[in-house]
Amino acid sequence: MAPETFEQSAERALADAQLRKNFAFAMGSFILKRQAVFSDVEETERLRTLGNAIKQRALSRLPELLQQLEAACTRNGIRVHWAETTAIANRIVLEIVESHAASRVVKGKSMVSEEMHLNAFLGSHGIDAIETDLGEFIIQLNGEKPSHIIVPAIHKNKAQIAAIFHEKVPGAPYTEEVAELNAIARRTLRRRFYEAGIGLSGVNFAVAETGTLCLVENEGNGRMCTTVPAVHIAVMGLEKVVEKLEDLPPLLRLLTGSATGQLVTTYVNLITSPRREGEKDGPREVHLVILDNGRSRIYQDPQLRQTLLCVRCGTCLNHCPVYTRIGGHAYGFVYPGPIGKVLTPQVEGLEKAGELAFASSLCGACEEVCPVKIPLPALLRRLRDESYSAAPDGAAVPGRGCRQNLAERLAWKGWEILNTHPRLNRLVTALLGKVGDCLPLGGPLERWTRYRSEPVFADRSLQRRVREEGIPDE
Amino acid sequence: MSDATRDRILARLQGAPRRETPRPEMPPPLAPDADRGARIARLKALMEAMRAEVHEVAAAQWLPRLQELLRKRSLQTLVYAPETSIGAALRAAWEEDSSGLPALVPYDRPVEAFKETLFEADAAITTAAGALADVGALVLRPDAQEPRLMSLVPPVHIALLAADQIYPSLGDAMRAGRWSEDMPTNLLLVSGPSKTADIELTLAFGVHGPKELIVLLLE
Amino acid sequence: MSLAFTKPSKVYFFGTCLIDAFYPDAGVAAIRLIEREGVRVVFPTGQSCCGQPAYNSGFPDQARAVARQQLRTFRQDIPIVVPSGSCAGMMKHHYPELFAGTEAEAAARAFAGRVFEWSEFMVRVLGVRYTDRGAPIRVTWHSSCHAMREMKIVEFSKQLIRQLGNVELAELAHERECCGFGGTFSIKHPAISGALVNDKVDDIQRTGAARVIAGDCGCLMNISGASRQRGLPFEAQHLAEFIWERTHGT
Repeated sequence: MAPETFEQSAERALADAQLRKNFAFAMGSFILKRQAVFSDVEETERLRTLGNAIKQRALSRLPELLQQLEAACTRNGIRVHWAETTAIANRIVLEIVESHAASRVVKGKSMVSEEMHLNAFLGSHGIDAIETDLGEFIIQLNGEKPSHIIVPAIHKNKAQIAAIFHEKVPGAPYTEEVAELNAIARRTLRRRFYEAGIGLSGVNFAVAETGTLCLVENEGNGRMCTTVPAVHIAVMGLEKVVEKLEDLPPLLRLLTGSATGQLVTTYVNLITSPRREGEKDGPREVHLVILDNGRSRIYQDPQLRQTLLCVRCGTCLNHCPVYTRIGGHAYGFVYPGPIGKVLTPQVEGLEKAGELAFASSLCGACEEVCPVKIPLPALLRRLRDESYSAAPDGAAVPGRGCRQNLAERLAWKGWEILNTHPRLNRLVTALLGKVGDCLPLGGPLERWTRYRSEPVFADRSLQRRVREEGIPDE
Repeated sequence: MSDATRDRILARLQGAPRRETPRPEMPPPLAPDADRGARIARLKALMEAMRAEVHEVAAAQWLPRLQELLRKRSLQTLVYAPETSIGAALRAAWEEDSSGLPALVPYDRPVEAFKETLFEADAAITTAAGALADVGALVLRPDAQEPRLMSLVPPVHIALLAADQIYPSLGDAMRAGRWSEDMPTNLLLVSGPSKTADIELTLAFGVHGPKELIVLLLE
Repeated sequence: MSLAFTKPSKVYFFGTCLIDAFYPDAGVAAIRLIEREGVRVVFPTGQSCCGQPAYNSGFPDQARAVARQQLRTFRQDIPIVVPSGSCAGMMKHHYPELFAGTEAEAAARAFAGRVFEWSEFMVRVLGVRYTDRGAPIRVTWHSSCHAMREMKIVEFSKQLIRQLGNVELAELAHERECCGFGGTFSIKHPAISGALVNDKVDDIQRTGAARVIAGDCGCLMNISGASRQRGLPFEAQHLAEFIWERTHGT
């Protein structure tokens, strides 16, 4: 069975009225929350410019900062591992877990761990990876993947969650009361935190200056995972390193405000070392796994490198009219929404994931709100160019030219000829004015008329009308 | 294996065409509210909006106020840090009169020997190293005397904050404290009790971290 | 009201390919409204498309070739007025990028500097004042994404509408949301585009407006096509045509 195309998954999602309702409500709320916390337009603009400058600086010194980070972390007692591929990263985590003879890991939310498909990998080696973020906990119970970078279970409403808890959590009654659902999760997971020997987390920012890992969260599960167990494993994409501690305050304001519309999360957790001499708690071992997985290749192209500015706030998803209507699962890959459309074709290749770059009207709503000013529409356009490019050398993206086809080449050549030969243009327009409305409704026109009546050609074009009205040519 | 991987990654990054961009100019430090009252008021308002309880109390009165708050709740145990000066003060006060108060439980050994007690404790009391007025958060610097899990595991967390340790912003706190010169094992910002909005974006308090955060703001 | 620019004696008019083929009345209305302010309008026949369709679809070479045609045609150093936020945005913001590193870069920058969206030109440069001659009507305004985000001219368009005393301007609940046209996007991803345009049409319907006014014919074609297919009563009209009708009583 051929895998479902993006267009097919999108169509299926569009037909799901409950899904559309859940997302429309959630994204609408996020938009309002962000507006409220960034209400001063000038100040917000200054902050975004600063965020972009901080991340551009870090990217411009990326190899140096990664080495500085490694040195500082190592001095602090944090063990640094490098992983070129997700397979290597998974192996590293497995080795650490097995070296402690553990069969269970408690996890804070980490999109990089999703990228690694870590849970499935550990599962295949007999190790339980237990999600502790409430949203992740919900979808893990139901065997699903996250549908949003920040709120993984946003595609589910109360009734659906109540059903999942009642069916999958032993002893849980059916309740749609949020406080009660919450309490069920707290009770269940508290036992897990207590017992856990190994905790895993992501990293929001890694400070090269001090060798500090910065993690933000609201629930407290992240702190539980990184403080209770004897071993803490942190996984991060290599683009998460920032230069100095003083870079954190503006980035935290931008990340938190953009992700959830808050001034500050409940907890900001700055981890610099494992338990030191005399201290009574905290992990005895802290590991940092730095993941590449295509990022160093993306880094080669100065324009596409801007993909790596991303702080994973999810606000581009919240503002995207496409994401709002199809939800995260329809994208078919780990990262949905505008950033997903830019990142995925670069990591997976244009043949496998290039369709995503076309699934956008280039409305620019994402770019307008991105806290670090990633030029998302320009990057999408670039990926479209790469899809059709016949240029032979130094392909910036795997799969360059994979969409080249005669039909489109001829169509655009024809369009070019028409629009560079004024007399021909006038002739064709006049012809269409006469017979355009009798054109057969097939091919591309059918895709239009599925949802709209066909456009009506004027019988006298503007070119003709201005000459008739005596408007001069020169 | 990790080393070869590391070298290849770094080589690719180093080989890419790039130009170093300058360090951006950080916004100037915020002028601290001349009016201490305003700073306190803002911190209180923001933290209370996130369901923290904030009690302003004269420094000399913190113990009686604490006992008053504890007596209003039915708590069995209160974990505390025995080697600190507030630890000594607590012991002395409890020795005088502990009626209606939770039992003091010292966190005086590694967590491996204390975990069950900690997870079953009702409350813990710690100091705060400072606070941030612009966003409404406490700064906690757990250390050998005041371990990290005190402010995380028990459902009630009580924090003592000196009013003159309220900074205008995180950047100011970092500069004043010269954090970058010597980061502790763990440094935390805490802005209220734990919460989540993962279910239909409905805010619910008391998830995995404490359900209650009580701040005694010492003047 | 103090004007940002001095009034020119002569301007170019770039009609746009969609107005040329589908909405010529809007083009004529826009030109007449400029002439009414004592400005000579020149419409060079060499003009065609701004190039955006190819530019957005992954065919930058074809886009450049067609853009060059416009650079060649609009030679004089006079303003170029464009009755479309989308096409104006393409020319003003993307021509310099399109020609960066080529021999036409300077020419493209100079060209871009002369581009005005029509309502921006009418308000900022000509400072027009209109009297409404029409019967009371409720309308709503739809802005193209590029008019909002690139050209930032929505306030100028709305100012023109607000000058008309008998026109009630109702705001859309989701004004900032894309109508789903996106050029070839509407053909390549019909289901998603269809969902977007239907939501936009529902939004318009909810305002109770008799007419939706817009400054971009791509959006107009998209919205009017969807509303007609659903048999909905409201009409869709270009801003210039609307202003002409209200001030000259067609």
